Amino acid sequence: MSLIVGIVAFVGFLVAGIVYKLYRSQWFWGIVAIILLLSANLIKDPGYLSITYSEATGRLVGNLVDILRWSAPIMLIAVGMVLVIATRGIDLSVGSSMVAGGAAAMQFLSVVKTPDSVSGAAIAVLLAILTGAAIGAINGLLVTYVGLQPFITTLVMMMAGRGIAKVITGGQNTAADSAPFKWLVNGTVLGFPVVILIALAIVTALALFVRRTAFGLVVESVGINPSASWMAGIRPNGILLTVYILSGVLAAIGGVFAVGSVMVVDISGTGYQSELDAILAVVVGGTSLAGGKFSIRGAVVGALLIATLDKTVLFLGISGAATPAFKAVVIVLLCLLQSQRVRNLFTQRRAAATADPAAAPKASVAA
Amino acid sequence: MIEDANGPVVEMRGISISFPGVKALDNVDFRLLPGEVHTLMGENGAGKSTLIKALTGVYRIDSGTIVVNGAEVQFHGTADAQRAGISTVYQEVNLCTNLSIGENVMLGHEVRGALGVNWKATHAAAAEVLAGMGLGDLDTRKPLSTLSIAMQQLVALSRAMVIDSTVLILDEPTSSLDAHEVEALFGVIRRLRDSGVAILFVSHFLDQVYAISDRLTVLRNGQYIGEYPTAELPRNELISLMIGKDLEALAELGSNRRSARRSEDAVPLLSARGIGKRGSVRPTDLDIHAGEILGFAGLLGSGRTELARLLYGADKADSGTIEIKGKPVSLHSPISGLTTGIAYSTENRRDEGIVGDLSVQENLILAVQAERGWLRPLPSRQAGEIVGKYVAELNVRPPDPDRLVKNLSGGNQQKVLLGRWLATHPELLILDEPTRGIDVGAKAEIQESVAQLAEAGTAVIFISSELEEVVRMCDRIIVMKDREKIAEFDAGPEVTVELIVDTIASHQAGDPAQPSEEGGAVA
Repeated sequence: MSLIVGIVAFVGFLVAGIVYKLYRSQWFWGIVAIILLLSANLIKDPGYLSITYSEATGRLVGNLVDILRWSAPIMLIAVGMVLVIATRGIDLSVGSSMVAGGAAAMQFLSVVKTPDSVSGAAIAVLLAILTGAAIGAINGLLVTYVGLQPFITTLVMMMAGRGIAKVITGGQNTAADSAPFKWLVNGTVLGFPVVILIALAIVTALALFVRRTAFGLVVESVGINPSASWMAGIRPNGILLTVYILSGVLAAIGGVFAVGSVMVVDISGTGYQSELDAILAVVVGGTSLAGGKFSIRGAVVGALLIATLDKTVLFLGISGAATPAFKAVVIVLLCLLQSQRVRNLFTQRRAAATADPAAAPKASVAA
Repeated sequence: MIEDANGPVVEMRGISISFPGVKALDNVDFRLLPGEVHTLMGENGAGKSTLIKALTGVYRIDSGTIVVNGAEVQFHGTADAQRAGISTVYQEVNLCTNLSIGENVMLGHEVRGALGVNWKATHAAAAEVLAGMGLGDLDTRKPLSTLSIAMQQLVALSRAMVIDSTVLILDEPTSSLDAHEVEALFGVIRRLRDSGVAILFVSHFLDQVYAISDRLTVLRNGQYIGEYPTAELPRNELISLMIGKDLEALAELGSNRRSARRSEDAVPLLSARGIGKRGSVRPTDLDIHAGEILGFAGLLGSGRTELARLLYGADKADSGTIEIKGKPVSLHSPISGLTTGIAYSTENRRDEGIVGDLSVQENLILAVQAERGWLRPLPSRQAGEIVGKYVAELNVRPPDPDRLVKNLSGGNQQKVLLGRWLATHPELLILDEPTRGIDVGAKAEIQESVAQLAEAGTAVIFISSELEEVVRMCDRIIVMKDREKIAEFDAGPEVTVELIVDTIASHQAGDPAQPSEEGGAVA
């Protein structure tokens, strides 16, 4: 009996510890928001969270799977964005990198017309990545060697990128057919959607790259105090260039995901306003827009929240016109909860509550 | 204005403030009389800032009473304190540099007419206030940013007259000023004092404390040590009160300096010929040998920092050559300096030194990591060794490598920076004002580390505003004035602070000692 009590207490202690650690993290409220949104959906439909294995198609089916699939491109652009923002920059051109990358891939596939060729699909993906890298490189060069502001530079590229996509496709919404390319987005491995696996693999690889090399350290250092970093011998240009190219490449892969599901690139629609989703995901993840410390985990949580929001809006049947407002309300609430000022309010109240009993005996002594 | 002219304007009794884990102030008393300059003395962490913040309403006190002008007050914010007549001029000037001088002086007290603010009258009022401070030459319509930092500070002080303060708090107002500017500042402080304002002064410069203050209150580790009339407290006694022990170790530091540390025929470690940069340093020659401490003496703006930056590569020289051990090198960026074995610790710790939001460990390994490039991360074992070594050797407190460096005191931040450069194993270490704005204890520790480094064969360039420190520490001294090297002395009993001061004062080099607009205004 006492053993059971002991085990329960121990497990309770562990859980409390984990929850407290989560609470201390900047993205705690992002998780809470996701749970709340899912709960709302659960109230409308008690079976919302169920995941079933469909024998017929050989894949896992369920709303959670949909949310994860939807989050894949957001996740990629968000982790790219988090690095750019950490260096005190911003990349407004990720949506355009998505459409330009997607356009390059679709145009190539539509020209070569090899619906079953794996190498054809691989080249298409590679072309998309190169397009994203080129856009990122131009951003990076303008920011570092020319010294333009990141906001202006990437704003220009945001407009130019969609133009590049138009040039690539000749203004058409190019459609193409390629089974391996489509598999990347719609296929499954052991029931799991490939797109989720790819996204997780890329994010994990990036997180390892950032923390196993000193890249994360120098990015944060440059973001926190550029002149001190320079005096310490850090050369910022290479770092900034790398960060913008990474962001472009990740966005282009996100573009491949976006066009792959429907196998058509929508010149005006693909990646439209994705930069805002990415920035929001970064902010929700607790990375300051002022640069410095960044959290890739936080950006992933942020991307999941954006995806959950998008899907919830659809599921609850909120009218299309009200969607942006709904999204805005959730984000503003989150930012409020994360702001230092509101946090201080909480801690002060708690401090006051604990301080009062201590003050009471002192007062009686004085009396 | 004050009912009881002889009673204190401010009386703080039994003030205690605790932060999680620390008792920042423990039953501290403090009083401030009208028409006096009262200095708060203590090492970093003694509780000076905390006491000031209690008086300005930034912190709430846990216990004790604050009486201002005879009435007990409870401050719930800085606005309460300002309403009670307490104003503060902080270390960093907090004025609006993009507004005009007059607007800054009168901000919030503009003269109003029928159609809103009457700017003409406002500027006239500002000019009157400035004239009262001996700053009548300033054009109130010029942007504040056209003034030097020193003059901006004087303008900030003038504001105190406008808002009719009875208490003025000056927290390290002189840390970025040179001797002339300090004199001007003191002139203004004396005027304010004579008009009955009570002035609370905080400074690390003992000379200035003795020059300006009437009384002293000493704090140590959050506790009240005592209140003394300045004239009756000798300096060495004050220092021993502040650190709680004798400073013999510090006094003996200079005694083992010898003038000829180098063998004359050896190739110098670094040899610069005609090194200069237009508008910054005139072409200068200098040699530095291994194991030597070379001092740069000179006033702020004499070109000592600019010369040091050329030797590191932080600025690119546009004339002259530098040879390391007889081989010419090109120094065009900090990384090129680092890889040739030169390290430069900046005088501007906050902006160019520490990376505040990174931990002590990350700050310590930053330069080593930069040298390796980010693709080759420092193995964690090696990083641990570096951190363990320098945290212990330099006595960084608290010895917690994961603490954010911005949460350390100034002295400990400086130690972390010193550790950062030592970890690169430089052959030449340039220290620009390594002891400025830090407490006496940390200062002694840093001076000792420098002496040990030179003993071990590192060449050190030591730059400091405190000539006494330069004279005591260095084997050889280069004297700079107006962006030019004007003399060089080998250390010895005949080289004294007076000699250097005389050298600077008597050197006229064709151009008269730059009568800047500020200098003229306050003369």
